[in-house]
Amino acid sequence: MNLAQIVQYGLSGITVGSVYAIVAIGFNIIYSSTGIINFAQGEFLIVGAMMAASLCGIVPLPVAIIAAVAATTLLGGLIELMFIRPVRDASVLRLIVITMGVSILMREAMLHIWDEQVRSLPYFTGTAVSTVGILGAHISPQVLWVLGVSAIIVAGLTVFFRFTLTGRAMRACADDRMAARLCGINDRWMVTLSFMLSAGIGALAGCVISPVTQTQYDMGAPLAIKGFTVAILGGLGNSLAAVAAGLVLGLLEAFMVSQLAVAYKEAVSIVILLLILVFRPSGLFARGELSALRAL
Amino acid sequence: MTRRQRYYPVLGGGLLVVAVQVVLSATEATYYMTQITMSAYYVLVVIGLCLLMGYAGQVSLGQAGFFAIGGYTAAVLTTRNLLAYRDTPLIAWCRSLGLVVERRDLYGADILSFSPWLAFGAALLLTGLIAFLIGLPVLRLKGHYLAMATLGIGLIVYRVVLGAPLFGQADGISNVPPFRLADGVEVNGRPAFRVQNYYMAWVMVLAAMVLAVNLVHSRVGRALRSIHQNEEAAHSLGVNTYRYKLGTFILSALFAAAGGVFLTHYNGSIGPSEATVMKSVRYVAIVAVGGMANLWGALIMGVVLNFLSLRGVFGTYDDAVFGAILIAMMLFAPQGLLRRPEWRAVWSLVFRRSHG
Repeated sequence: MNLAQIVQYGLSGITVGSVYAIVAIGFNIIYSSTGIINFAQGEFLIVGAMMAASLCGIVPLPVAIIAAVAATTLLGGLIELMFIRPVRDASVLRLIVITMGVSILMREAMLHIWDEQVRSLPYFTGTAVSTVGILGAHISPQVLWVLGVSAIIVAGLTVFFRFTLTGRAMRACADDRMAARLCGINDRWMVTLSFMLSAGIGALAGCVISPVTQTQYDMGAPLAIKGFTVAILGGLGNSLAAVAAGLVLGLLEAFMVSQLAVAYKEAVSIVILLLILVFRPSGLFARGELSALRAL
Repeated sequence: MTRRQRYYPVLGGGLLVVAVQVVLSATEATYYMTQITMSAYYVLVVIGLCLLMGYAGQVSLGQAGFFAIGGYTAAVLTTRNLLAYRDTPLIAWCRSLGLVVERRDLYGADILSFSPWLAFGAALLLTGLIAFLIGLPVLRLKGHYLAMATLGIGLIVYRVVLGAPLFGQADGISNVPPFRLADGVEVNGRPAFRVQNYYMAWVMVLAAMVLAVNLVHSRVGRALRSIHQNEEAAHSLGVNTYRYKLGTFILSALFAAAGGVFLTHYNGSIGPSEATVMKSVRYVAIVAVGGMANLWGALIMGVVLNFLSLRGVFGTYDDAVFGAILIAMMLFAPQGLLRRPEWRAVWSLVFRRSHG
């Protein structure tokens, strides 16, 4: 493999990896605030991309994307209000099963609204064939968009959670819900907010990746599995580690495809998931005291 | 509940099975029996999952994957023509042990293939092994990692059967021979065998039910329930929670595989649609409607919902119906449809006692 090929595979790995990282961050936000794993996380990306793809025939592309992200954010909040909030004090098992049901309903709704056809947004700049040369490799400018937007999402979330009052309130709830409530934080709205935030960043990631990977109604579940693998790899709840883990998984997949048949690509992430669950269930980057995850 | 009382519902179920057959035969509506038989095989999957979800408190989203592993293993082993390898030592050895059978297909060509018994054993062995390998790491963890891991396995199985020429890709595998259990008794979907297969399927379901009910009321069942209620308390009382959860997971996978093997022989074919994640979610939904820790509820709902689905009652909203059921049950009736307070009066009339 020469340098140009390595750069080529490396960049494509980083591209998908950054999308996995965004999905993982979506998992983390909801997991931190509720302790549940949201099985509908992958569907948020697809809904966002589908809405934007339909809207961009009517309005300019940036407007379509903003509208789609806003609508998906609202949808996320609505899902929490309708399905999660009414069952307060329920077991985690029940809540997880509910999110499974939500993911099915979303997938079926998409099937009936947008049918089985593969759709995609137009390339943000240039066309499908335009390339940018980097170190002898040819990459699509969309790849730069994906990387840029992912970086902005991560930076934005970091600022939000560190420096804004709402973000800090959400972190307080994740840390100790009862204590946060005693401090006057409305913890129930923080849960709603976490669903909205996850849905919103998911939709945005779905939009930027859509020109490269295309979008179909049933692509949510595989994305969710990979995002979950990344979230575990980085340690559940640790969003910055999720970025690193996302890039690791993306690169592994990309170089695996160069060596193995595409059919095995799917198997890579699940094998990694099982391996990490055996050897480091608290994640690659966790310190010792976080391994409270292990039951026995 | 005494040991004898435990079997009353089994007896009742058996009588109901006979009654339905008599009514259907008398009204010449025996074609319904085909779908009831198919539903019965799906119910095997549901019973296994009910043990796992309701009693061990773990969710598996890979039951369709295990079903498919069972069905496809049986299909591949019983349809692969070994005629070319007839004289190799391995096959000759298998022949001397009666592990291969010769038959003639529709077009008169000779076929030498592994016997369904061998395929059945191999299917159970393979499924058990895979479930063991997944459960071993995942069940050591708190929380519901099993759901994600099994979802991943389900997706891989789907991709593999859809992509590999060995599994017939999108067409699946057809011309799977009947499974002869004894002379004149075979798992066979042809109309001539309809009534016989109806009973055979139900004998299997009721046998599975007896096994499950006894398990639930044994030391194992009590351990499982203690795990479900409070895993840490159970663990501190000396219950080996990990081993019980792993055992139940493997058992549920074996139930699913057995359902897959029999339905494949019954239909004479299996396709990738059996391996979709949606099928797995469907089994989860049925267990939820039945009331999680309620084997009889799961059985009843399994038959009713699968039968309606196979009759095409839900149309293009088939999957959406199961998703909606899942949410509605979890929101409004986590104890299942049959345990709603308004039913209690009816049940106490029927059984003259309240369920423990």
